[in-house]
Amino acid sequence: MTTEPDSSADAAEQRGAATATAPPEDPPPAGGPAVVSAGKARVGTADLIFKNLTRTAGLGLLALIAVIAIFLVLRATHALSANTGNFLTTEEWFPNASPPKFGVAATLYGTVVSAAVAMIIAVPVAVGIALFITVYAPRQLSSFLGYIVDLLAAVPSVVYGLWGLLVLAPHMKGIQLWLNDYFGWIPLFDAGSVGRSLFVASVVLAIMILPIVAALSREVFLQVPIAHREAALALGATRWEMIRIAVLPYGKPGVISASMLGLGRAMGETIAVALVLPASFNISAHLLSPAGNTIAANVANGWGEANGIGRGALIASGLVLFIVTMIVNIIARAIVARRREFSGSAA
Amino acid sequence: MATRIDVTGLTAYYGKFKAVADVNLTIEPKNVTAFIGPSGCGKSTVLRTLNRMHEVLPGARVEGKVLLDGEDLYGAGTDPVNVRRTVGMVFQRPNPFPTMSIYENVIAGLKLNGVRKKALLDERVEESLRGANLWEEVKDRLGRPGAGLSGGQQQRLCIARAIAVEPQVLLMDEPCSALDPISTLAIEDLITKLKSSFTIVIVTHNMQQASRVSDTTAFFSLEKTGDPGRLVEFDKTSKIFTNPTEKRTEDYVSGRFG
Repeated sequence: MTTEPDSSADAAEQRGAATATAPPEDPPPAGGPAVVSAGKARVGTADLIFKNLTRTAGLGLLALIAVIAIFLVLRATHALSANTGNFLTTEEWFPNASPPKFGVAATLYGTVVSAAVAMIIAVPVAVGIALFITVYAPRQLSSFLGYIVDLLAAVPSVVYGLWGLLVLAPHMKGIQLWLNDYFGWIPLFDAGSVGRSLFVASVVLAIMILPIVAALSREVFLQVPIAHREAALALGATRWEMIRIAVLPYGKPGVISASMLGLGRAMGETIAVALVLPASFNISAHLLSPAGNTIAANVANGWGEANGIGRGALIASGLVLFIVTMIVNIIARAIVARRREFSGSAA
Repeated sequence: MATRIDVTGLTAYYGKFKAVADVNLTIEPKNVTAFIGPSGCGKSTVLRTLNRMHEVLPGARVEGKVLLDGEDLYGAGTDPVNVRRTVGMVFQRPNPFPTMSIYENVIAGLKLNGVRKKALLDERVEESLRGANLWEEVKDRLGRPGAGLSGGQQQRLCIARAIAVEPQVLLMDEPCSALDPISTLAIEDLITKLKSSFTIVIVTHNMQQASRVSDTTAFFSLEKTGDPGRLVEFDKTSKIFTNPTEKRTEDYVSGRFG
């Protein structure tokens, strides 16, 4: 124990020496004790470096987003000005016809609907998984399952997509027929025939985003202070009531963020959706009918053989996806911020 | 409203570790009973067995009997959820729900009991906050977040939340240890006032506090680290602090130990 003060003094001296040589333009002010001023300079320099580093990173990110937006706009304008249809409301996609006529309506509809249905399926299941792991499962099972979910979240989503496509999709016919038989009176589930529909694409997307949403929600629920959980239990809450009054409200902002990450993945997913959907350009309210397309899938399908106006049209649709993603994120942020003072971050 | 608690042969474990062994004591209704003793002596553990909060921790279990007016809390047919609705608890650190307003915090327990009528809820909020000496300070901002109050106010809010469901017993686990002296005084006044309605058990490290607020005192201690804590002496507070039977009690309350 007697050597400890000596060694730490040594270390301090070394640090002081190292920083004294590092910033030559900032010598310690004369008069003050050398050790104190050296310490001051060290903290100041480190703070300065870190501040500039984070600022550069932050500004860089903004610049990157701006550059992407500018790129998309520049590359899209040529095609957009040649377009004879209304880009936002036209369902057709004939960029190579003369005159060219194309619009993003059908693919945008497919993108939003498939992502939304995927979220409706995936988020409750993911939250359920996260709650089971953090609240219900015995401790050993809980850490094992947590590990597994983290592992699954790290698997690229296309792997789930292919599994969904090759293994799951062929078995979807029965479910679709059942939905059509019993819920056909809702236009959404009414279909003349069922097949490679937006619904199948949504289920595949749901499977792809499930692990990431579950893994992040689990992290969020783990952050709920024991004190809040005990407060609920001590009031005579059952385990579910404890979840309802202490865990879910506290975790809500985090679950929303997790869902947004999942949504981003769902809206941007290309290959799996392109393989499932028949790539038809029409808006159909019937989820189960074999029809539909998404922006990302359309780009993946069409880019190789497109040129000139065709590529410009695809880039324009990419710009729409970009804007939609931003709007969705802004809405999510607004929801989180609305009750910030009740978020628990102040406690 | 207030209830007698009989503890017989109580032993509590955390997994394989025996935290406290063979505790026998009787807590009288409408009395304040203080649990004192050095850290690790098991006083908080015993407190948490009185509303079955001990077993919330993974691996924790209890042997022995705790009778609430003759009814065994650990009987085969007893639901811990019902026990906790009868025996309220206030924790060491103020823990109002951060996502709820002051109003919502107070009615959290009532809502669990299925009370929905607005008029009744309003009435109980005022009653409970008055009971916790907090009404005057917060009556104009009941919709504000509970977590925005000062530490002492938060703790009184937690007391209001606990008494809103009209429990028979109120357990307090070092309720003042995170508070400044003025807030502590406010809580102590409150305890004296609440004892006309509730049976109160309080764990405290502050011996002046125990002698100020309690009628009976239980002194717990342990031989050495790793040994289970035991109840050393249980008697009228005046006797524990002036003329204890056990040498160890005298050493502790006079500050010669721990």
